[in-house]
Amino acid sequence: MDDWSPLWLSLRVATLATALSGVVGVGLAYLLAKGRFPGRGVLEAILTIPIVLPPTVLGYYLLVTLGANSPIGRAWEDLVGAPLVFTPTAAVLAASISALPFVVRTGRAAFEDVDARLEAAIRVAGHPEWRVALLVTLPMARRGLLAGVALGFARALGDFGATVMVAGNIPGRTQTLPIAVYDAVQAGADDVARTGALVLAAIAVVVLLGVTHLSDRRR
Amino acid sequence: MSAAPGPGLGRAAANADPAANADAATLAVDVVSSAGAFTVAASFTAKEGITALFGPSGAGKSVTLATIAGLIRPQRGTIELRGRLVADAGRGVHVPTQERKIGMVFQHAALLPHRSPLDNVALAVRAGGRRQRRAEAREYLAQVHASSLADASTANLSGGEQQRVALARAIAGRPEVLLLDEPFSALDQPTRRALRDLVRTLVDAHRLTALVVTHDLDDITHLADRVVRFEPGRTVDAHDLPVPARELPALLGVTSDAT
Repeated sequence: MDDWSPLWLSLRVATLATALSGVVGVGLAYLLAKGRFPGRGVLEAILTIPIVLPPTVLGYYLLVTLGANSPIGRAWEDLVGAPLVFTPTAAVLAASISALPFVVRTGRAAFEDVDARLEAAIRVAGHPEWRVALLVTLPMARRGLLAGVALGFARALGDFGATVMVAGNIPGRTQTLPIAVYDAVQAGADDVARTGALVLAAIAVVVLLGVTHLSDRRR
Repeated sequence: MSAAPGPGLGRAAANADPAANADAATLAVDVVSSAGAFTVAASFTAKEGITALFGPSGAGKSVTLATIAGLIRPQRGTIELRGRLVADAGRGVHVPTQERKIGMVFQHAALLPHRSPLDNVALAVRAGGRRQRRAEAREYLAQVHASSLADASTANLSGGEQQRVALARAIAGRPEVLLLDEPFSALDQPTRRALRDLVRTLVDAHRLTALVVTHDLDDITHLADRVVRFEPGRTVDAHDLPVPARELPALLGVTSDAT
């Protein structure tokens, strides 16, 4: 494989997407685990949609939401001076949405696993709710949160369908490694496909081992 | 108390509230509260010293304690702490837990495992900068004879050591009421006796009002100044202690070998 740019692009997109979905996802997970508000069930269902939708369908709706004719797309174009879709930024957004449910669901379970008596003890000791979250809930849930973020990274790195719909397949600009593998197979470039697939599989296995390790030592 | 007592509460309140003690009461509880499908009506007062909440498991003693701490909102009734109304369900008064001055010890110490024992205690000291809070925390650790544990690994402490640190944390906030939820039940006999003595010493030294949830007759005999009796779902009556040992089982409605 001569051109490694799809790998670097993939890593950059996945890293940014993980940061974005990590921050938003952990916040939403906390809200779902601790909050008692109307519409909580609906919010949870919406946040799960990216898992159950076919990735191309998810990508299609993202394209509709972010495209040049949508309010978001127009606002972006006014602000930046260029369309949002078919850019690396769009690839980051697609990967973030794909990764988000994994961060939210794993994170929520991690928050709910935290011993409520530890939180009560700190509340009784005179600390308001945001201090309880910082002193108890977040540190106690950190392994589960990390596992969720790691799964999110793997999902972001591997995304094909949603990314190809909103970001396209522009070599050197939006062609991530999974898309490059597909291209290579179509073009009969077997050695490129083999190398790309091997790299992606290796990263996935490493992430999986990491997640397993984090889950194992939670007690 | 102004709240209308629920069914069966009037008699309990009358027994638990002899007029002679009313002025000295530092805690006045008259609430109905729920946890899930379970409801308990509790009506009693406590003053300086140790008041045991005694009764079978599932009677609602711990729910009552959590209600006093503000962790559970009562459905009806009031809680007064040192003359201050901290909960009044009828008027929507609910002082949040962190603004009540409460010290609490749980059956399992509930220390933060990722913080040192010293940090755990310092987190409960309410005033002063970081350095001052840590200095004060060391004093409280000394009072529970746990100075040497200050920088130990919290997760590796024995049950008795954890409970000592938890006691130090509970008194570090200079609480108006100390709530002990079956604090000795996970400990072996010698440790239990040592901890009982320690609680007595601390309560006397700091002139604390302490509530101890227990179903252990030894706690009544060796620790409590007063006992509030629970039946499933409600308080029954209250008695000042000590009473002659042979009268105790009848007083508490238990057979003498049931401890």
